[in-house]
Amino acid sequence: MTAIAPSLGGPDAAYLHHLAQGHLRVQQCGACARHVFYPRVVCPHCGSADLRWVDARGQGTVHACSVVMGKPGTGTDYAIVLVDLDEGVRMMGRVQEHPQDQVRIGMRVQARIVEQDGKPLVVFVPQGAGGAQ
Amino acid sequence: MSLQQLRGKAAIVGVGHAGIGEAPGFSAMEILGQAALAAVADAGLTLRDIDGLATCSSAASMWALPVAEYLGLRPQFIDSTMLGGSSFIAHLMPAMLALESGQCNAVLVCYGSTQKTGTFSRKAMSEAFRLIDPLPYEHPYAPIQPLTSYALAASRHMHEFGTTREQLAEVAVAARRWAQLNPEAVMRDPLSIDDVLSARMVSTPLTVRDCCLVTDGAGAFVLMRADRAKAQVAKPVYVLGNATAVWNRQISSMENLTVTAASESGRRAFEMAGLAPSDVDVVGLYDAFTINTLLFLEDLGFCKKGEAGAFVENGGIAPGGRLPVNTNGGGLSCVHPGMYGIFLVIEAVRQLRGECGARQVKDARIALAHGNGGTLSSQSTAIFGVEETL
Repeated sequence: MTAIAPSLGGPDAAYLHHLAQGHLRVQQCGACARHVFYPRVVCPHCGSADLRWVDARGQGTVHACSVVMGKPGTGTDYAIVLVDLDEGVRMMGRVQEHPQDQVRIGMRVQARIVEQDGKPLVVFVPQGAGGAQ
Repeated sequence: MSLQQLRGKAAIVGVGHAGIGEAPGFSAMEILGQAALAAVADAGLTLRDIDGLATCSSAASMWALPVAEYLGLRPQFIDSTMLGGSSFIAHLMPAMLALESGQCNAVLVCYGSTQKTGTFSRKAMSEAFRLIDPLPYEHPYAPIQPLTSYALAASRHMHEFGTTREQLAEVAVAARRWAQLNPEAVMRDPLSIDDVLSARMVSTPLTVRDCCLVTDGAGAFVLMRADRAKAQVAKPVYVLGNATAVWNRQISSMENLTVTAASESGRRAFEMAGLAPSDVDVVGLYDAFTINTLLFLEDLGFCKKGEAGAFVENGGIAPGGRLPVNTNGGGLSCVHPGMYGIFLVIEAVRQLRGECGARQVKDARIALAHGNGGTLSSQSTAIFGVEETL
């Protein structure tokens, strides 16, 4: 565990900084031991300010899924998912390298860090498809 | 003083609306003003009698200020708490406390929007929201907000309970059948289950017919202490219970996608009222999307968790069904000007006053109005009754 380094700015900035260096990190509460996402200055479970960064394995399960429909015939449909990471936190994402109409609740996925609009972003690929932290 | 002691201490004495559907050439403030005038006239009052104001808008940051200025009010009580579409139901409790303390004597609750025809359209608003209400852990994935959030909850309800798209469609069809009995409703054409299922898919599993309307519209009501209300109008509609709950803002932060904070607001409102769901004669549930109605039927206790799909089948909440729900046609078929909560109060009042014509629920004595805001984020429940329920 690493304490929040002041040089990284606040938790939002620190999260992006970690991602930019290739690490998916989430917070864990030193008081109640629960993991926290998105990053905060206070634990929403117990109110403690003792939040520390821990590496997440990036493995999770699709909890909910909705496919946003693009114009018919353009192949622009895309699935929005909520993923439960094995650490016990939920995050929104999308599933790449998989037919969008075949993304299913219960699918095992692996986080991958990509760049979008000049910022690092976590997306998911099906497990076994070469995802990396 | 306990909340139970506050039961029935305030009553709605007037309701009004304006600009339902399209109000081309009018501003949001102008139709709000018309609705406010209609509500105070309905109460036998004038704006000079109004000394309390509750209002908010999704298109302005200090909305109570221009409203007070425009209407010429000098309110001694002001509430502009902005919780999204549930706001005007959530405004009841602070207004009741202000009336009971003597801070003021007549509170005007009002709202207006011209998101359909105005220059600040829904699309422009969505872009502005990305800056003033940033969701940096959701926006990069480009969900259609708020629709995709509700679709995600629907996907989970279907997964956990076997709820079907046909059952979701039942909600839209029931709303339309009620709307056909309401001359003021915007959408009154026939609508079938197949029509809903074959409509354009927007964000699975929801089609465009699973989504509420985008309209203009304004609504207002006036709340007074019960003793003054009884002297003022023939049929005051008493507030028997009200409670508001917020657990999260974003769908990705919602602990359980099939249990909303309505399970808390409903329990607290029923406790205050000393009533149970079986006592309610007519129900209004904020139906921004068809999944809402299912979630709120369950969370408010009208059926068990997971059973709302079966509850609404075969016209269960349509005219002639087991429970009259959204008798004005709801946000799905009557009106939905961005925030719809105030229209739930207006319909509850009209039902309890027996003014609803072809859609009137016979002998309605107790009504429930439930508001939702954000993306299943804020929940506010109100229970109203006629004089004999006090």
